[in-house]
Amino acid sequence: MGKYDSILCKITRAEQLTADVYDFTLEAPALAVLAQPGQFAQIRLPGHALRRPISICGIDRAAGTLRFVFQVRGQGTAELAGFRAGDALEIMAPLGNGFSLDLSGKVLLLGGGIGTPPLLGCAAHYGKNAIAALGFRTREAVILEEDFQSAGAETLIATDDGTYGHHGLVTELAAEKDFSAVLACGPAPMLRAAQALAATRSVPCFLSLEERMACGIGACLGCAVALVGGDGREYYGHVCKDGPVFDSRQVLL
Amino acid sequence: MADLSVKVAGVDFHNPLIAASGTFGFGREYAEFYPLSVFGGISTKGTTLHPRPGNPPPRVTETPAGMLNAVGLQNPGVDAFIREELPWLSGQGTRIVANIAGSAVEDYCQTVEKLNPTCVDMVELNISCPNVKEGGVQFGTSAQSVYAITKAVRDVCKKPLMVKLSPNVTDISEMSVAAEHGGADAVSMINTLTGMRVDIHTRRPIIHNNTGGLSGPAVLPVALRMVWQAYQKVKIPIVGLGGISTWQDAVEMLLCGATALQLGTVLFTDPYAPVKIAQGLSEYMEKNGVAHIADLTGGVRPW
Ligand SMILES: Cc1cc2nc3c(=O)[nH]c(=O)nc-3n(C[C@H](O)[C@H](O)[C@H](O)COP(=O)(O)OP(=O)(O)OC[C@H]3O[C@@H](n4cnc5c(N)ncnc54)[C@H](O)[C@@H]3O)c2cc1C
Ligand SMILES: Cc1cc2nc3c(=O)[nH]c(=O)nc-3n(C[C@H](O)[C@H](O)[C@H](O)COP(=O)(O)O)c2cc1C
Ligand code: FES
Repeated sequence: MGKYDSILCKITRAEQLTADVYDFTLEAPALAVLAQPGQFAQIRLPGHALRRPISICGIDRAAGTLRFVFQVRGQGTAELAGFRAGDALEIMAPLGNGFSLDLSGKVLLLGGGIGTPPLLGCAAHYGKNAIAALGFRTREAVILEEDFQSAGAETLIATDDGTYGHHGLVTELAAEKDFSAVLACGPAPMLRAAQALAATRSVPCFLSLEERMACGIGACLGCAVALVGGDGREYYGHVCKDGPVFDSRQVLL
Repeated sequence: MADLSVKVAGVDFHNPLIAASGTFGFGREYAEFYPLSVFGGISTKGTTLHPRPGNPPPRVTETPAGMLNAVGLQNPGVDAFIREELPWLSGQGTRIVANIAGSAVEDYCQTVEKLNPTCVDMVELNISCPNVKEGGVQFGTSAQSVYAITKAVRDVCKKPLMVKLSPNVTDISEMSVAAEHGGADAVSMINTLTGMRVDIHTRRPIIHNNTGGLSGPAVLPVALRMVWQAYQKVKIPIVGLGGISTWQDAVEMLLCGATALQLGTVLFTDPYAPVKIAQGLSEYMEKNGVAHIADLTGGVRPW
């Protein structure tokens, strides 16, 4: 097998985490062996021409499983939410480049809403060296808090409305912390704040980006993202192949 | 396995399936799934004389039974194609169809002249890209200009020449006749149909280019009708594409008059589609006593 493949996988566990967020575990031993935190899968939905890109949230090589946590945003994800344990899903994975796993010192994980799941694999990797600052709209929307804690990460929660944890932004949670790198995934304003925070502290920063996709592997050039090269020139890279994780200095937000 | 080989414009393909331009890049990404020889040929990403950056995102979105794209011919230019992609691609056991685009007749001619001494098996002239202001579509929408560009390129092209036709015209069979008169060895049809979707919350078109090209199963009936109409007007072979996603679709396209087929959007749904379609075609031929793919071409029995 190559770097990725498309395989029909059995859903071993399908749970609902919040009103609109679902948590699936799929039996995919051949893909789990290849997967790294921050990579994603293209999930095929019956009757749809295009697959849906969803990040890999958990990799269990011993059990041979991959975990996905997704939010219902439109037609496709609504149909995905209707799948049950025992059903099969065809997934193409693992795709793209994941997060850096060779960072030293404390690593700050900044997650916003449904941008939180791809960071869980980083928490599992960095364990006690990870600080997870996770932001959500409100108390009911908080997901994966215990998962980050049991991975060993110092886990801090913020909500926009103050109904749980810190009332405010995740970057405010990080303000008093010492760290030597930032890994972030979430809405654009949060990524901009992450970029700025890392620049102030002069630490490396990696951002996971989203764009609409067709092939998911770098062939169709559909998922363009504006990047800046070392020479300062702007060009279009591709989220599926060059990312989804990018060095924040490359990214124009 | 039945004999799936076909001949298009003097070029032998070991099966009738060709990857459609722009959906397969230069093949490297799909080589992770299978040897590229699962395809009889590969039509490479639309290549221009000079590199092109492409359009701003979003460039693609799903639509009912299909998708819209406005990639805008992002490509590294013909020199980089020859230097960096062709040496690898030519060792993959599949025919190479170089798809080219341009904004002026001279661009097409110069691009072809650079391809003449290379090992590409065929040139596919894209005069139908709807997604860039100067993507050649202006050459593809009147019979006169189809004839003129085909003739100009024919005069310099030493490779078999296939002209890819736009469906965004009133009568595509006229365009196929014009290409034939201009000296084309084959035509391929259809390129994408122009379309649009709008985000009702932001009131913005979903595609940054505002409009995009529609492809996928939704366009199959249109493509079948167009191939059937053109088949009645031209003697040169027709490579049929547009929405083919199963072996049954492939048989329909052959029956409507196609000599060979291209697969595009279906690769996004299922990268293994060419393997499954070749298998299905083979079984259909064996079951129905069809010795050659060519025996299916144009075999529809109209009422
Ligand atoms: C690399 C990557 C990782 C992702 N990881 C996750 C994750 O772990 N969990 C999660 O809930 N969501 C994730 N997303 C977002 C998810 O792909 C979209 O929410 C989903 O595609 C929406 O599909 P839909 O049919 O419900 O929405 P619709 O709006 O009906 O979809 C229409 C089309 O637009 C595309 N589309 C719409 N929104 C997005 C978007 N934000 N990003 C990419 N394509 C979009 C769809 O794929 C589809 O082709 C990720 C996106 C990317 C690019
Ligand atoms: C993402 C994308 C990019 C494309 N790029 C090109 C291109 O560069 N040149 C070209 O001639 N056609 C291009 N096409 C059109 C396809 O080759 C094909 O004509 C069309 O998609 C219809 O076939 P399908 O329904 O099987 O995809 C592109 C199509 C898609 C979806
Ligand atoms: S989705 Fe095709 S290149 Fe990224």
